[in-house]
Amino acid sequence: MTGTGSALGVPAERREGRQKVTGGARYAAEHPLPGRVHAWPVPAGVARGRVTAVHTEAALDLPGALAVLTHDNAPRITEPDDPTLAVLQTPGVPHRGWPVALVVARTPEEARAAAEAVRVEYAVEEHDVRLTADHPEAYEPEKANAGFPARREWGDPDGAFASAPVRVDVSYHVPPLHNHPMEPHTSTAHWDGDRLVVYTSSQGGTAVRAVLTALFELPEDRVTVVADHVGGGFGSKGTPRPDVVLAVMAARETGRPVTVALPRRHLPSVVGHRAPTLHRLRLAADTGGRLTALTHEVVTHTSRIKEFVEQAAVPARVMYATPASRTLHRAVRLDVPSPSWMRAPGESPGMYALESAMDELAGALGMDPVDLRVLNEPEREPDSGKPFSSRHLTECLREGARRFGWDRRDPRPRARGEGPLLLGTGVAAATYPVLVGPSRAEARALPDGSFVVRVNATDIGTGARTVLAQVAADALGVPLERVRSEIGDSDLPSAPLAGGSSGTASWGWSVHRACTELADQLGSRTGPLPDEGITAHADTAGLADADSPYARHAFGAHFAEVAVDTVTGEVRVRRMLGVFAAGRILNARTARSQFIGGMTMGLGMALTEGSTMDAAFGDFTEADLASYHVPAHADVPAIEAHWIDEEDAHLNPMGSKGIGEIGNVGSAAAIGNAVHHATGVRFRELPLTPDKVLAGLARPVTSGRGG
Amino acid sequence: MKPFGYLRAGTVREAAEALAEHPGARCLGGGTNLVDLMKLGVERPGLLVDVSRLPLDTVEELPDGSVRVGATVRNSDLAAHPLVRDRYPVLSQALLAGASGQLRNAATTGGNLLQRTRCPHFQDLSKPCNKRTPGTGCAAREGTHRDHAVLGHSEQCVATHPSDMAVALAALDARVELDDGRTTRDLPADRFHRLPGDHPERDTEIRPGELVTGVVLPAATASLPSAYRKARDRASYAFALASVAAVLRTSEDGTVVHVGLAFGALAHKPWRAERAEAALRGGPATEDAFARAVERELEAARPLRDNGYKVPLARNLAVDVLTRLATARNRTGTTEEDS
Amino acid sequence: MGAAHDDGTRATGHHSEVTLTVNGTPHTLHLDHRRVLLDVLREDLGLTGSKKGCDHGQCGACTALVDGRRVNSCLLLAVTLDGCEVITVEGLTDGAGEPHPLQRAFLDRDAFQCGYCTPGQICSAVGVLAEAEAGHPSHVTDPATAPGRPVALDAAEIRERLSGNLCRCGAYPRIVEAVEDVI
Repeated sequence: MTGTGSALGVPAERREGRQKVTGGARYAAEHPLPGRVHAWPVPAGVARGRVTAVHTEAALDLPGALAVLTHDNAPRITEPDDPTLAVLQTPGVPHRGWPVALVVARTPEEARAAAEAVRVEYAVEEHDVRLTADHPEAYEPEKANAGFPARREWGDPDGAFASAPVRVDVSYHVPPLHNHPMEPHTSTAHWDGDRLVVYTSSQGGTAVRAVLTALFELPEDRVTVVADHVGGGFGSKGTPRPDVVLAVMAARETGRPVTVALPRRHLPSVVGHRAPTLHRLRLAADTGGRLTALTHEVVTHTSRIKEFVEQAAVPARVMYATPASRTLHRAVRLDVPSPSWMRAPGESPGMYALESAMDELAGALGMDPVDLRVLNEPEREPDSGKPFSSRHLTECLREGARRFGWDRRDPRPRARGEGPLLLGTGVAAATYPVLVGPSRAEARALPDGSFVVRVNATDIGTGARTVLAQVAADALGVPLERVRSEIGDSDLPSAPLAGGSSGTASWGWSVHRACTELADQLGSRTGPLPDEGITAHADTAGLADADSPYARHAFGAHFAEVAVDTVTGEVRVRRMLGVFAAGRILNARTARSQFIGGMTMGLGMALTEGSTMDAAFGDFTEADLASYHVPAHADVPAIEAHWIDEEDAHLNPMGSKGIGEIGNVGSAAAIGNAVHHATGVRFRELPLTPDKVLAGLARPVTSGRGG
Repeated sequence: MKPFGYLRAGTVREAAEALAEHPGARCLGGGTNLVDLMKLGVERPGLLVDVSRLPLDTVEELPDGSVRVGATVRNSDLAAHPLVRDRYPVLSQALLAGASGQLRNAATTGGNLLQRTRCPHFQDLSKPCNKRTPGTGCAAREGTHRDHAVLGHSEQCVATHPSDMAVALAALDARVELDDGRTTRDLPADRFHRLPGDHPERDTEIRPGELVTGVVLPAATASLPSAYRKARDRASYAFALASVAAVLRTSEDGTVVHVGLAFGALAHKPWRAERAEAALRGGPATEDAFARAVERELEAARPLRDNGYKVPLARNLAVDVLTRLATARNRTGTTEEDS
Repeated sequence: MGAAHDDGTRATGHHSEVTLTVNGTPHTLHLDHRRVLLDVLREDLGLTGSKKGCDHGQCGACTALVDGRRVNSCLLLAVTLDGCEVITVEGLTDGAGEPHPLQRAFLDRDAFQCGYCTPGQICSAVGVLAEAEAGHPSHVTDPATAPGRPVALDAAEIRERLSGNLCRCGAYPRIVEAVEDVI
């Protein structure tokens, strides 16, 4: 299936690493362009209504100010598929923070000052931003995000629940979360005659080009989108965001290269967020621990202009064998910013809830939570009935338990302490679907014996350049150092985004195919290569997107140990360990970093990260990085990530599953379960900050019996 | 940020005169909060008077044994200074519990005292805020206020003061030196900051044209039994949900001889727990006595809709720190007897 | 030297002439008073290694060394820095362009992913090593440690001291290993 195998799996160093550590790697605002100017958006100051006037005179009088774009004078664009891109087209204000003007000036300081001088008048309407489980406007959508049916049901979940000897009926609350990549969403647009060149911080430049060609009615060959280095995305740069549209408008309007670097405080309302999810889980089991019913119902919010329904009940369709199940999503349209993708959309909040409930069920049964999960392993995917292409959850749980020292655990809650600290450990499972999409690629052999692979992949920090060279070297059967990879430019063969943990599989498949074809050409050829070398092309359309007869998912297991301070309610993680079964690991070095990174984001979800939708004003209170607490160094202990060697012939030529998100899935539940083990108190609303934990510690200790 | 003039002051008098002459002028120390607020449009000075290079950058022992800290001493240098680490551990600990290494390297003593609330509504020009624009209302009362005041707030303002350092200074009975270029005066640290009342736009008792020139720590020949503890949402680089600074001296029989106790993040100013101090003075240094005294202090708390957690949190912190200090003293005593 | 003098001459306008030595090279610039060091580096000098993550001192991506101390360059008005020595991530390599030992250690440990916080992490770590050597304590330093003596950096010390540098990719454990490698 693969070539020599010599290059795949090796811990090759990142090819762009040296540039990144020496400051040479250039991001979207950092490409030198003579005459480049800066733009600053003006966010709406009301939660719902209409702009009635924009006073721009004072702003335009300031030194350096070049233009103020508003819905009155901004270039008209074709209506986008994504309504969040229809900026400065109408006076409508769908939520607080929506861009109502864009100021362009010579310098960042002048742009900021001029934006401050723009005065906007509104006709204000009553707003509603408060999500409740029984909101009168809650509705059942046709589909949840990613095309999943909103509802799936089999058996008689209500009847089975009612008659079960052991039951858990619990609700969990995951607050809004923000992606906050370290590089804010940034685009620099430059019209070179009738050619548009855009440097943008995006997870997928091909999609950005497609959107820009549609919105600005340009032929594809006159648009180039460069996303050379991207300072993280975590879903929030998966599709174009308003920054790129605004930058192109401003460049067209001023005739100069324009950079729009969204101010950090604008991100929560402009680039999408993980919507809050209210979960109700009902688990029923026989006295031996076998599930007899599983119900997972989710209520979430979406905006007035876009339906995005966090698919949080979907993992319950994959995880455990049960004769009766209902999974369903309900949504409420509110006057809130549009939610969007954030790392492991659906799985991340959904598995927090499901894996917390499984822990509660283990407590109710008096069973070990590892054993409970192993006992309920399904033979086929419960929802589809398809066989799994590979599923090694049990192996992950057992291997993790061994490495973590789980067998030394006293299962009784609140049994271990150190002075004022309560200590506990927890476990949770992880799953993430195997996604892959069609991609093109080109492979070239040059007369000097070197090779170039070209594909419009995006490196958001995964090490795409490196791993694609590994895939190529493997397929060509040549040493890794003879292969160069070119990515991050839409003039390269088109490719899907770095998202859904699908990038490496999608790009790699086409690279592998192109290289295999090139190897064939070289094998049947004699004599020296022409100066320009010889080239092979590949397109995996129809192949990578073909239906599989298999259910394809990665799995994993998380273990965590926490210390809970009974004086302050502060929770700190002492150690985390994850074991993953994600197909073949293509680069041990960068894969480990991705797993650890996902686990760290889960730590934040469990303990530090939470955003509050201010009911009075309709904005997220924690709008900056001082108040929205991304974990800091001091929060993150030694984290171990391991994997088991998983052979799976039903994936792609490399045998790989995605690894960018599974580290995040379930890690918050493992921490929450550890907090329960430490304290004897079940906390069901994230994040576990001192206010909640201290209040919980004052409540009587629960026995761990549910139902 | 609107354009502004810039003056690097060579002397205190020159700085004071510039401040007096330009009502819209602001003193610039490390700039870690002022520049932040200028970028947000919250502060709009027409002139910045840069005092960071004034010769106020030393920590020195005065003849009476007190220690004078110049206003431009950087937070990291103050926290590391041997005199501070040896004699006033609470101050070093409070400084190190705040901000980040980078911010402490820039932030000054004077600037730390004069930093402004981190109330998110104060920082957002699109919201009403009596502190930013008197008479517009208080967004935090109706809106989110989990991090806001439980003590001493007013209808007009429920903001808290964000400093860790100032809480230690309040507990230490430090004094703040002020200079308007002609005369100097000083104020007890716990009277330097104000409660909001009807004028939340005024954070402190500083008068127009005055600048902070230093802080004087009362004489302590040996290490003051003192400590700072802070609870926060993440392990570092976060403002306090509540904090406590305590100084506790006890006699050999376990009687409280001196106690200084102050809370952070509970009020518009570092909250000196005078009632608790009075209740403890002359009484037993026991956990029960600490708990009773602290609870008495916190009876005055008036939590808002969503920040009631601060009361038990502050209680626990104070009882914990006082008990540790009392226990440490007992241990020290035992060691001395043994040796 | 423009409007701002050590002897306190009044600034008449909104611009001043400022001399900074950046990575060993002196630059005299006529600057808007509003310009912070970070934007001088990125916009005026083309040194884009220092990153703008939040522009408010809340993330550490802009960390540079001014007169040997690590600071958030996004909060320092450049006009206040007249005469200062600035080192950025670009200035850490040696004369031959070889990486600084910390830069090498970050590569060896794969102590980054997207790379956007990395220059700040590295500059911050350079500052941390100097601060510990100079005896600066941290929040986690045992209070019984004698003042003025170098502080030994274990993992907890490194974590606490680097906490002003956020990393959303979650490279923290590898960053701590990289710093430990050069101690």
